[in-house]
Amino acid sequence: MSTMIKLDSISKTYHMGEEDVHALQGLHLELQRNQYVAIMGPSGSGKSTLMNIIGCLDTPTSGLYELNGINVSEMNDNQLAKIRNKEIGFVFQTFNLLARSDVLHNVELPLIYGGVASAERKRLARESIERVGLTDRAHHKPNELSGGQRQRVAIARALVTHPSILLADEPTGNLDSKTGEEIMGLFDILHREGNTIILVTHEEDIAAHAHRIVRIRDGKVERDEPNKKRKVVTIPSTVMA
Amino acid sequence: MRYYFSEFKEGMLIAFQAIRANKMRSVLTTLGIVIGIVSVTLMGTAIEGLDRAFNKSIAAIGADVLYVQKWPWGGGHDWWTIRNRKDIRIQHAKVIERQATLAKSVSPVTATRRNVKYERKVVESVVIMGTDADFTETSGATIAFGRFLTPAEADGGRPVCALGSEVAVNLFPNENPIGKVVKVGNYAYRVVGVFDKQGSFLGMESLDNRVYVPINRFFKEFMSGRGGISVFVKAASLQQVDDAKEEVRGILRKARGLKPKQQDDFAINQQEIIIQTFNTIGVVIAGVGLFITGLSLFVGGIGIMNIMLVSVSERTKEIGLRKAIGATSRAVLLQFLIEAVIVSVVGGVIGILIGAGSSLLLSKISGWAVYISPFSVALAFGFSAGVGIVFGFWPAKKASLLSPIEALRYE
Ligand SMILES: Nc1ncnc2c1ncn2[C@@H]1O[C@H](COP(=O)(O)OP(=O)(O)OP(=O)(O)O)[C@@H](O)[C@H]1O
Ligand SMILES: [Mg+2]
Repeated sequence: MSTMIKLDSISKTYHMGEEDVHALQGLHLELQRNQYVAIMGPSGSGKSTLMNIIGCLDTPTSGLYELNGINVSEMNDNQLAKIRNKEIGFVFQTFNLLARSDVLHNVELPLIYGGVASAERKRLARESIERVGLTDRAHHKPNELSGGQRQRVAIARALVTHPSILLADEPTGNLDSKTGEEIMGLFDILHREGNTIILVTHEEDIAAHAHRIVRIRDGKVERDEPNKKRKVVTIPSTVMA
Repeated sequence: MRYYFSEFKEGMLIAFQAIRANKMRSVLTTLGIVIGIVSVTLMGTAIEGLDRAFNKSIAAIGADVLYVQKWPWGGGHDWWTIRNRKDIRIQHAKVIERQATLAKSVSPVTATRRNVKYERKVVESVVIMGTDADFTETSGATIAFGRFLTPAEADGGRPVCALGSEVAVNLFPNENPIGKVVKVGNYAYRVVGVFDKQGSFLGMESLDNRVYVPINRFFKEFMSGRGGISVFVKAASLQQVDDAKEEVRGILRKARGLKPKQQDDFAINQQEIIIQTFNTIGVVIAGVGLFITGLSLFVGGIGIMNIMLVSVSERTKEIGLRKAIGATSRAVLLQFLIEAVIVSVVGGVIGILIGAGSSLLLSKISGWAVYISPFSVALAFGFSAGVGIVFGFWPAKKASLLSPIEALRYE
């Protein structure tokens, strides 16, 4: 298996007036292609900070970050934008959909910034929408959808560029447990199809879907082990449709 | 290239969505630009209308006529030097008439004001012109009925006159004036002809409120002061105006006994000088107009800037999301610039329509030859787009520089 993500002595310090907040302190982490990792840890331990660095939304204060063998810790804004566009699929806790645009346009959005031609864009977007089982909702606005459906749209948007890695920071945090389970079922399928997935969660139930669990405390990896009691879910019919 | 195109299209789409979502706000913002552009359009129309009206007046007077006078037209001359010049006299007109080969016709002209009476009707302060029989040819003015002074009447100083159309209408509302005797000042003149309507010069002095009498009689009956005259010289053709001017100049210098080193002690005026004077005035009017217009566009622009700043901070989270999925700073900058330009250009188009509408209305009311030039429309359009770019730039730049992570966190 090839190393996809390599984090070496990553530190992130926020300056808050007089005092410095050390969100990450010399963190090491390696990740192979098609792994399915859950990151857990107490609130304020640096999980989101780590995800943002992996997702190239933020840059570390020090340390080395290689994505697919490329050193991204020294890239400029434009290069980072391109990496985010092509290599990263981000799923947020709060969905972050454009309220005024329909599902199709929301999903198309990364391709627009990737310069994909219109017809090809529509084709890829529809394909991605189909994968999350929302074909019949393609022309609905986000406020006409349920929370679970919105998160699926966000996942479709993350998938549409066929990124190297899917990052989900508490993707079920705003959903009830049943809907959360459905979304996790979708992640399981995406993993089986060959996607690499990192998700942050507070819930053991959610983490149970992953193949590997990384526990973080005080900006460092506390424990990193394979998930022995992996949960096998029955796949909801909506996703199979 | 493809990037720009899809980003551009996305920018347009977002802009229209944003405008639609905030209709009232957009309308109010646009209003500032509308007002600015209306004033641009009206200003352009007014200046051009003035220009056209002026050129029309000039054409009526004749661009091929030289006016030999003591006083040069336009300002900026040494008043005392010119005042002390010898007058232009009738014999100068005669010399020019005899010697100038490039002159089609030459007329001595002098003028004063008198009341003109017929029976109980009086027209006050009419311009009384003393001239000779060639005047119709020299000036290009035409006779409506009757005839102009004959050479015999003019040279012999007979008490006959021709009336301008306005004077004729006022004194003879229901009568044929030909053959009637009017009193010009205290002297009786028999009417031999009436001029066609000539209009007014720039809407100021009517060319029809005049009475033409033989210059020799004029000298006896109306001459006051030192008795200088003007000499109107019509060039053989429009192309020969400059040559004719040189010829007349040479003849006059000799007639007035000037030595080669001495400066001319007379002026040969041309419409061109009026045109120049007018252009100077035009520049001043345009300058003032530009300032007012610029001010209103500036205020409109500030409105745009303000609303774009609001728009950017309202959509901080959206900007963060767009950046998170790969929008570059350039794409975000473009998006907000497009929005600013659209708001501004929509205002511009509405402004042009209103401006054009009120220009047409203005022309109906004032009878001015108002004309909406494609140039002023293009100018207004360009201005509104320019205002959008200039005043939208800072907010757009601000948006583009947001860090994605901070923008996403923004509540
Ligand atoms: N922009 C910031 N400015 C200042 N401090 C920050 C900033 N972002 C994060 N921090 C601090 O860094 C530390 C790690 O934050 P982070 O958001 O990564 O925690 P987390 O593990 O995701 O917590 P949670 O489970 O509550 O989401 C916290 O102490 C937080 O206060
Ligand atoms: Mg967090």
